[in-house]
Amino acid sequence: MRLTEFFGFDVLLKGSNMLRLLEGLMVALKISLISVAISLILGTVLGIIVTFKKPAINAIFRVYLEIVRIMPQMVLLFIVYFGAARAMGLNLTPELSSVIVFSFWGIAEMADLVRGAVTSIPRIQYESSQALGLRTYQTFLYVILPQTVRRIIPMSINLITRMIKTTSLVMMIGIVEVLKVGQQIIEANRKSSPNAAFGIFATVFLLYFIACYPISRLSVYLEKRWSI
Amino acid sequence: MEFDAIREYLPLYAEAFKLTVTIGWIGIALSLVIGIAGAFIMYFRIPVLCQITKAYVELFRNTPLLVQLFFIYFGLPKLGLSISSGTCGAIGLGLLGGSYMAESIRSGLFAVSESQKTGAASLGFRRGGMFFYVILPQAVSISVPSVIANVIFLLKETSVFSAISLMDLMFTAKDLIGLYYKTTECLTLLVAFYILMLLPVSILGSIVEKKVRFGMYGS
Repeated sequence: MRLTEFFGFDVLLKGSNMLRLLEGLMVALKISLISVAISLILGTVLGIIVTFKKPAINAIFRVYLEIVRIMPQMVLLFIVYFGAARAMGLNLTPELSSVIVFSFWGIAEMADLVRGAVTSIPRIQYESSQALGLRTYQTFLYVILPQTVRRIIPMSINLITRMIKTTSLVMMIGIVEVLKVGQQIIEANRKSSPNAAFGIFATVFLLYFIACYPISRLSVYLEKRWSI
Repeated sequence: MEFDAIREYLPLYAEAFKLTVTIGWIGIALSLVIGIAGAFIMYFRIPVLCQITKAYVELFRNTPLLVQLFFIYFGLPKLGLSISSGTCGAIGLGLLGGSYMAESIRSGLFAVSESQKTGAASLGFRRGGMFFYVILPQAVSISVPSVIANVIFLLKETSVFSAISLMDLMFTAKDLIGLYYKTTECLTLLVAFYILMLLPVSILGSIVEKKVRFGMYGS
């Protein structure tokens, strides 16, 4: 037995197997990118609304945040995918259910980041701007906003990697993504390469790493560079 | 909502809950051991081990638990390393958590300000004494919030165990839904048990966080 066969990497070169794996990864990445886009936009809006400190809105936000904090995404996926069909007669596709769940989660995380960043700007900054004769909108535009953005961007980039990692769960509600494709390839080649499971899952492992590592490095780099 | 069904399923869920919590906390204990060891190795820059630890931390922080479990549970047996799904769950969670814990504790150690070390040195502390009496207590108090966040994160991650056919809460819910189609009842129980598992930790966590907020001298 050759070494590549022993480690089960030979299946990758058979037919279009490697391509299929990459296509599977793209399915997961697409879902995470759509969810990230929705989360970033709506989360920022929600985060800014929360900083206005309206008691009713903040109370609802706290409950929302706590739900997202303690409910596993997997449970939320089940509730939306299986529960919505039963409770409301809605037949959501698995793709739509997962975008709904990951956005629901991402919006809460993003809103909390924005809220934290805005409220962590020290009072001195506002007072000094006032002393310098800046108007309210000038204070916000030239002093507060640049500092907030610098605090938010590294953390929201980090949110992207977390979103990519979490989308691996979608195979559990029947979306054919990289893990599922991997399983299919292993099944199809059970006779010809019995050790395929090792090679395939090691490859999936590496693929996720290659997808997330550069993004998380970027986040660390920006955080260091912009730290005040 | 049919309460008969709920009463009937309750023991099954309780059984699954016990299993999930047990494996979850074994995994978390393992992750703390790995995390503390890893953080010390990175802090003292022990040659060779330091590079290995860094690579491990990056590798496990940047991949999902589900993929790690698949690799350990389905991949490694092909090379002759077979383990049961329970052990696999605990080890997988421990390895994932270890990388997060190592990073949290390491950044806590590095966050202790330089003036604390010079201060301790001028008071005549030796290296060991300085580390145990001056740096470590402050580092612990700095890293507690993120360690607690990691614990909650890891408990939530236990929900993917069903993928390696461990009879956990998710598995039980999915199984019962498939058998009897009592979706609402099954999902309600699922949510209730996850609240039971995580809400106490979340509340206790925020209390502990407030209690240990004494660190950050000299900054």
